[in-house]
Amino acid sequence: MEYELVIGLETHVQLNTCTKMWCGCANEYGSDSNTNVCPVCLGLPGVLPVLNEAALRKTALTGFLLNCSVPGYAKWDRKNYFYPDNPKNYQLTQLDFPSTVDGYVNFESLGGIVKVRINRAHLEEDVGKSFHFADYSGIDFNRAGVPLLEIVTEPDINSAEMAYDYLNALKNILEYGAVSDCDMEKGQVRCDVNISVRPKSQSKLGEKVEIKNMNSFSGIRRAITYEFKRQVEVLEKGGTLVQETRRWDDDAGVTDSMRTKEDAHDYRYFPDPDLMPYRPSDEWLSAIREGVVELPLDRKMRMMSQHKIPQESADVFVREPLLGDYFEQAVKGVKNSRSVANWVINNLQAKLVESGTTIDGLTFSPAAIGELVELVESGKISGKIAQEVFNEMFKSGVSPLGIIESKGLSQVSDTVQLKAFCEEVIVANPASVDDFRDGKEAALNFLKGQVMKISRGKANPKMVDDLLREMLVD
Amino acid sequence: MTMVHSLTINQLIEKLRGGQLTSRQIMEACLNRIDSVDDKLNAFISYDVEDALAQADFADKARSEGQEGALLGVPVAIKDVIAVKNHPLNCASKILGNYESPYDATVIKKLREAGAIIFGRVNMDEFAMGSSTENSAFGPSRNPWDIDYTPGGSSGGSAVAVSADECIASLGSDTGGSIRQPAALCGCVGLKPTYGRVSRYGLVAFASSLDQIGSFTKDVKDAAIMLQVIAGADEKDSTSVPEPVPDYTVALSGELKGMRIGLPREYQVDGLDTEVKAATESAVAKLEELGAEVKEISLPHTEYAIATYYIIATAEASANLARFEGVRYGARIDGEDPEEMNCRTRGAGFGDEVKRRIILGTYVLSSGYYDAYYLRAQKVRTLIRQDFLQAFEHVDLIATPTTPTPAFKIGEKAKDPLEMYLSDIFTISCNLAGLCGVSLPCGFSEKGLPIGLQLLGRPFGESDLLRAANIYQEATDWHTKRPDLD
Repeated sequence: MEYELVIGLETHVQLNTCTKMWCGCANEYGSDSNTNVCPVCLGLPGVLPVLNEAALRKTALTGFLLNCSVPGYAKWDRKNYFYPDNPKNYQLTQLDFPSTVDGYVNFESLGGIVKVRINRAHLEEDVGKSFHFADYSGIDFNRAGVPLLEIVTEPDINSAEMAYDYLNALKNILEYGAVSDCDMEKGQVRCDVNISVRPKSQSKLGEKVEIKNMNSFSGIRRAITYEFKRQVEVLEKGGTLVQETRRWDDDAGVTDSMRTKEDAHDYRYFPDPDLMPYRPSDEWLSAIREGVVELPLDRKMRMMSQHKIPQESADVFVREPLLGDYFEQAVKGVKNSRSVANWVINNLQAKLVESGTTIDGLTFSPAAIGELVELVESGKISGKIAQEVFNEMFKSGVSPLGIIESKGLSQVSDTVQLKAFCEEVIVANPASVDDFRDGKEAALNFLKGQVMKISRGKANPKMVDDLLREMLVD
Repeated sequence: MTMVHSLTINQLIEKLRGGQLTSRQIMEACLNRIDSVDDKLNAFISYDVEDALAQADFADKARSEGQEGALLGVPVAIKDVIAVKNHPLNCASKILGNYESPYDATVIKKLREAGAIIFGRVNMDEFAMGSSTENSAFGPSRNPWDIDYTPGGSSGGSAVAVSADECIASLGSDTGGSIRQPAALCGCVGLKPTYGRVSRYGLVAFASSLDQIGSFTKDVKDAAIMLQVIAGADEKDSTSVPEPVPDYTVALSGELKGMRIGLPREYQVDGLDTEVKAATESAVAKLEELGAEVKEISLPHTEYAIATYYIIATAEASANLARFEGVRYGARIDGEDPEEMNCRTRGAGFGDEVKRRIILGTYVLSSGYYDAYYLRAQKVRTLIRQDFLQAFEHVDLIATPTTPTPAFKIGEKAKDPLEMYLSDIFTISCNLAGLCGVSLPCGFSEKGLPIGLQLLGRPFGESDLLRAANIYQEATDWHTKRPDLD
């Protein structure tokens, strides 16, 4: 029998606000334990939460980026559960009136564009982090109270690959909106998977299994692949699946049961009496709407059609938005946009990595890259010289034209001088000359190379080619 | 001659201004009084003599430098549920161990700005749950009028400390009557402001949607002074309301003529003590004589108030008290895993009444019961509030007995929680509806126990409330009576 996979994802994303959700403590990764804390985020007796407006703004913005609507009423609920890293032993979250609902994400997957519906993106607070030592445990509350957005999809995902692509697309969108830094290693993105299988012919959903504890997107992809296989095997053997939560063991590459439905938590949600319900005004929302940026997929499509660059280049610019922005600056008024794209992707990016600088730290303007490409296009310098100019430009920040003039790097296109170079090479390499005359085309390349060498790369290669052929035929 | 520690804020400030008294003298007088009577009464859980006297000296110095303040040099005792920086905060429970608050509640900040001496931790029912101050890990407080009787609760210590002249005024908290009921049973003035009038920041939450900080004072004028200091919106409390704070002391003067006072039909309950009934009826007659217009009103959903209250309050409490589990506060009792540690620590750290309410609150929020209990209770709460708002279209104030009986004996109701819950029957609706209310002395039982009159006002209607109460006090002398403790 053929089986079908039904997947929904719950992705937790830390918002990159300056301060935490309910207090003025820094929302900062990597500080010493328990230094970004105060009575409020420690949940000390008597404290009350006060909403961080920036978190609400970023939530609404995310909603817009995910094509969600932002309802006119949102409220806060307490989710009760005991855990040492949970300062109040209840977590503030949004149960039935979330900040954003009913959206979708379009993204590329499986060779086409697919759509996953978003049920909601709601705001909640992060908890602290437990550390276990030899004979005791400790808790770092720096993370407690950091605004956390939970983005819940509808069960629209039907393969591990699609889940993986969705997560990458989501990450990209959130980075575009500058709402989260999405650093998985810093725990800024965490994802739980809800998965069920059913025979292809069956319309009723199978038993839902939740998988937790994946710490990378590829781990999620592996966990889904494993779990699909496991569930199908159970069914094939005539077994039944139960609703349960399973933990992914990344080293072993397997999932283990954590708890079944019977011992599932009863979170005893109820409205938080310390926070007033939230009613966003139209003015507030329209100000946020102005911050909506072009989505990655839209950007890719536009770049491909507007700049006539290949898909691979557009992908790079979507993945690296700053590089893409830089390209769009550099390409202004330049005819050969592909060449500009290549320069930015190959040369500039490599040089940035090599020198450990960022785009912000560049001493030359994007237009300089355009200028460089134009100089090659017009035959003023060769591609090889262009490399040299680029390196110099990267070092000094001087414009390409300036470098060429000061270093005398202009391409030599003067026929008399080029003829003199060719003459010299022909005299010095009689064997190659003979080879060429015997019909060995490769010999011409060698001779051309020699001309470039004695001209220190400045000879116009096209003209050298023509001249050599002309002179050798004579 | 009156002893200095029995002065009201008003009288004391006058003497401090006139130089007839120093803050140090009044603070010492209060400390001496505590020394001589508190073994019997157990109003104070703890107090720091050195700190109190240092604050008094600081106040004297400030005054000598020409500074003023509504409470400059006035000793104010604090219920053990309000956070004071570097002072113990126990909520009369074992579970907090030797915890000290690292910060000041907003009300404490405001009291300090007004120059008050923040002094002592006064006794209460554990986590403000109770009506007799018997549920305290630090032993019961006793009624200064007869130490075999409870002072009421949960703010029993706050009421006792004021009635027994161990301090000039005190702060308490009122979730279902915890200020008004002990004030009535101890014969002082207890004011519960409107929900949102006073910041709750720094008040350890029992039931967040019902809790409100208020004052115990020796008369209504002092209640106005205290409210003036502590009222106002607070950016640290999202439920505090940005309603302008009027001048309450100015609002005291005026007359009762034209003020309409309602008597709720539904409050004529069977369990109402005849002496309480007589005393409150004559108080109402007095108000009428002073110019008020008295009429009967109806609050049809009254009978559901106690049930509604015990669902909402316990539900909120079950979450509010979850943070006390041995990880960060008090004595931890270890277990095999965190869950066992939680259970053991909470089992040993909380008293019976607190456990009862946590269990009740956990139950009403449980999946499958939420709609039948919590959600329904919220709807009934809305109906109760509407009852009052409709009544306030016809009257300006509502008058009732504060309690159905005078003080009851220690141990008398301790075994019967439901009986204890019924002692709040007249005070609970005020919190559910978010109104303001005051209890003021209006007589004594044959046994010499105080009886309280409760006046309820519109949301943010404290000015009317205080004016009527003050006019009553100017025409009567119940509030000047003091228990004989010698």
